[in-house]
Amino acid sequence: MAEDRRVTKTQELVYEMKVDQVMTRDVVTVRRDTPMSSMREVFRQKRISGAPVVEDERLVGIVSLEDFIEWLYVGEENSVVEARMTTDVDFLFGDEPLVHAVSRFAESGFGRFAVVDRASGKLVGVITKGDIVAGLLKKLEIDYHEEEVHRHRASRLLEDILAVGTTLCFEYEVEGQNFDRAGESSSRLKRTLKGLGLNPDTVRRVAIAAYEAEMNLIVFTDGGTIGVRVDRHHITVEVTDSGPGIPDIEKALQPGFSTAPEWVRDLGFGAGIGLNNIRNGSDDLAIESARGEGTRLTITFLMGDESEAG
Amino acid sequence: MKLAEIVDTLDLKVRTGGDLEREVSGGYASDLMSDVIAHAAKGHVWVTLQIHQNVVAVASLKELAGIVLVNGREPEQATVERAESENIPIMVSPLTAFEVIGRLYELGVTGSTD
Repeated sequence: MAEDRRVTKTQELVYEMKVDQVMTRDVVTVRRDTPMSSMREVFRQKRISGAPVVEDERLVGIVSLEDFIEWLYVGEENSVVEARMTTDVDFLFGDEPLVHAVSRFAESGFGRFAVVDRASGKLVGVITKGDIVAGLLKKLEIDYHEEEVHRHRASRLLEDILAVGTTLCFEYEVEGQNFDRAGESSSRLKRTLKGLGLNPDTVRRVAIAAYEAEMNLIVFTDGGTIGVRVDRHHITVEVTDSGPGIPDIEKALQPGFSTAPEWVRDLGFGAGIGLNNIRNGSDDLAIESARGEGTRLTITFLMGDESEAG
Repeated sequence: MKLAEIVDTLDLKVRTGGDLEREVSGGYASDLMSDVIAHAAKGHVWVTLQIHQNVVAVASLKELAGIVLVNGREPEQATVERAESENIPIMVSPLTAFEVIGRLYELGVTGSTD
């Protein structure tokens, strides 16, 4: 298998982000003269396993749960933190890239690092592996959200083009009698319209009409086409086939009237309300049909107002 | 109510992936595609005995929460594949439509379209 040379977004972020962007700032600190006996409560109540020791806001050591256990073992009752803390403290600067923190965690096996401000030398926070993971996830989430907004704007292409009166056209071929591909054209159309950033409610209405029309092509004809035109104010769906034609359009529009064969009805089609669904969901439906020549449906939708989007 | 709770309570067998955490807004029962298109509402759970892949197309079109197949009818292979790609959960119950709907109603899943 070839090595994947792509740099993942997470890798990129680990280089980009700084320690002080993900660290915990609200740090529980103790002093040199804090009695070891009180560390039990500090660790327990704050649910931490180590605390920096600070003097004049500067890091002078770190006292961990391990130091505490060691102290219990030795049994020097009146010890203060200074006597048991680790003074050779590993720390990170706040302005170091996260990738340094990651490698330091890997090398040392420590659970946390104190973070010090490079300029002032003061303790500014503590960083754990959990902070890194949480920080990365948060950043990814923010980036993803920004990208979504960006994509949405990019999809406003139509409005820009339409300033000069352009119309977008799509065409779909529907195979007659082929139930395996039924609904394919209308679901593609739906995805396309969604991608254009059109009002979701309008998209839904167009998709439903296209689906019903597509099913009619499949059930009753040898196939046909669904042509869609989108401009600033309308979506027009034109469905054409070359036969057999609708003998009585008025009758065909009566709810429940259907000429679908039995096997089609067994599949749940041919309920006799397909055309009604098209008419009810659209702003205009025109049917032209001639026996033996074919049928043309022209379905018009007014573009929904942006404020109705939801 | 979440789909997952319905699955648990009615002991439905889940046959596809899809979002079981989705909120169910109500229910609709019919075996006629156009009828479902006309009357089901977004977020409804749909009770039907139809097992061909067009149930997925209709459910996706209407943005339904999921499909419950009754009488122990299993979805066709193509239906399962399509449901996976459209992210529509399909569940199976050995009970009749009448029983399934009655239990759903008891759980508070009504025919409301709000």
